[in-house]
Amino acid sequence: MTDILKVENLAKNFGTVRAVDGISFGIPEGVCFGLLGPNGAGKTTTIEMMEGITSPTSGRVLFRDLPIGHDFKKKVGIQFQSTALPEFITVRETIALFSAFYSAPRPLEEVIRLCSLEDILERDNQKLSGGQRQRLLLALAIIPKPEMVFLDEPTTGLDPQARRNFWELIGRIKAEKTTILLTTHYMDEAESLCDQIAIMDHGKILEIDTPATLIAKHFDGVLIRIPYDDCCSEKLVDFEGLTIRGDVLELQTNKIDKSLKDLLAAHVNLEGLSIHKPDLEDLFIKLTGSSLRT
Amino acid sequence: MIIRQFVAMFKARTMEFVRDRGTFFWNLLFPFFLVFGLAFAFSGGEDKIFKVGVIGTPREEMPFMKLEQASFIPYSGGSDTALRKLERHQIDMVIDFDTKEFAVNKESSKGRLVRTLFVAQQSAAGSAASVVPAFSERTVVGRATRYVDWLVPGVIGMNMMFSSLFGVGYVIVRYRKNGVLKRFKATPVSALNFVSAQAVSRLSIVLLTSIFVYAGTNLFLGFVMRGSYLNLLLLTTLGILCMISLGLVFASRMRSEEMAGGVLNLITFPMLALSGVFFSLEGSPPILKTISWAFPLTHFTEASRKIMIDGAGILEIAPHLAVLAGLTVIFLSLSAFLFKWE
Repeated sequence: MTDILKVENLAKNFGTVRAVDGISFGIPEGVCFGLLGPNGAGKTTTIEMMEGITSPTSGRVLFRDLPIGHDFKKKVGIQFQSTALPEFITVRETIALFSAFYSAPRPLEEVIRLCSLEDILERDNQKLSGGQRQRLLLALAIIPKPEMVFLDEPTTGLDPQARRNFWELIGRIKAEKTTILLTTHYMDEAESLCDQIAIMDHGKILEIDTPATLIAKHFDGVLIRIPYDDCCSEKLVDFEGLTIRGDVLELQTNKIDKSLKDLLAAHVNLEGLSIHKPDLEDLFIKLTGSSLRT
Repeated sequence: MIIRQFVAMFKARTMEFVRDRGTFFWNLLFPFFLVFGLAFAFSGGEDKIFKVGVIGTPREEMPFMKLEQASFIPYSGGSDTALRKLERHQIDMVIDFDTKEFAVNKESSKGRLVRTLFVAQQSAAGSAASVVPAFSERTVVGRATRYVDWLVPGVIGMNMMFSSLFGVGYVIVRYRKNGVLKRFKATPVSALNFVSAQAVSRLSIVLLTSIFVYAGTNLFLGFVMRGSYLNLLLLTTLGILCMISLGLVFASRMRSEEMAGGVLNLITFPMLALSGVFFSLEGSPPILKTISWAFPLTHFTEASRKIMIDGAGILEIAPHLAVLAGLTVIFLSLSAFLFKWE
């Protein structure tokens, strides 16, 4: 698979702050690529440099092996993290406005169907709920029948149901073989939508691969969690793969039976024990040392 | 609890305001400028009752020339200008020392009063003929230009100015701040195209409002209109374009709506005060008049008054049109050069 978009040694300074610190990676055509990271990791700066909105301090962005030029804007669709919409016009009028910017826009009906806008077509932009707004912003992004779509935290602030609805819309766009670059806070979102992910923190890419490969690479087996109790910490020093996270003890193991027997033998209080299959969230915490949503 | 909340919010808001340096200083400086500007404009304590046009070298020793209630305005360009002003009731009397003539407007009561005064003083000084030369009398007639005839171009001009400057300047700054501009930037739309669309949209709106305001008030007030409506339309279009371009200059970079509001006020209020919208600048300090020629609004109000009241043709207002066109080109180039989406 060839890379539709590549970044090479991309860096961005804001004053003395190095927001993005010389990153390089490629996005294969047709995949949904997730850029994950905590707040302030440099995700938005990175995606905006890739969109051609922000110019990099150094390094370059290549679209189909060429530096991005004027044509680029006709071939990609962008949904920013926060955008106000022109006031006092309806959803239908907004789509018509943006359709006018492109030489061969997607037919209105198709945009409406793909983004489930049937019910709110005549509504004023200012009267949309959070989920409806995001649907409209996605609609604006797909109007040019883009080869690639950039979605910067499209579901942040939405309720769980609106988020799942939005995933369904992204699924429809994925089904058209459009390449998608998605940044998100939510690991479940990345897990359910992304074919490949890059985990970013402090302006650097920490890991990049498919979610399953990354989890397999960093976790061996399952995680046993027990509420942390001072009394038993000494007894546990000898256990391999043990970490303490706040008020939870976490034991990573691929031999559940043996680990449980060891714990019992050490007279550890197993009240409240849970066994957990490692997911992206665990990977993320392991790599960045912080919880995503804080 | 309520007080604590209040103090916290007050503090936060005040800090926000103070830390937004630009807005803070405009807000601080603007009232100063306004106060000084207006004080300057109205200085000189005008308590003259009569305006007398003087042609030729006045005989200062004449008792009438010492009348403290009259202001004497010299007209060097011959009697025509002065007599025309007399016909329109803009001055009350003309004394021509070259031809030994004085003139008043028959239809002006102030004119008749000042004539009585003049004749009485002349005959009181009577015998000393060496001091008081004999003047022959002539009269002119002409309908008074009401204040409203004079005011309407000013008011329409003012409306044009606010609507153009704020409607384009302020709105683009808001678009930039809330990300609408960024969204447009991500499309193939060019900045020039976007800005032109904004400008033309506003031009149509302001032009239509101006026509509407003029026609609507004209129904009731029946303005004096001695010139051509076509010229007036041309002038108005050019005037609006000029103001919109000025608005664009300010909209090209600014991010803060409060700052934009401050700066726009800083421009609009001096224009309002110095462009002769509500009162004539005739008799103000010359420096003020010179400054006022830099304002598009001055050229619009002057030229439209010339068309409406004096019946001026296109050639007579050509200098004003040229200035407006020149300023428009300058402002447009400047804003195209300065414009940033973000």
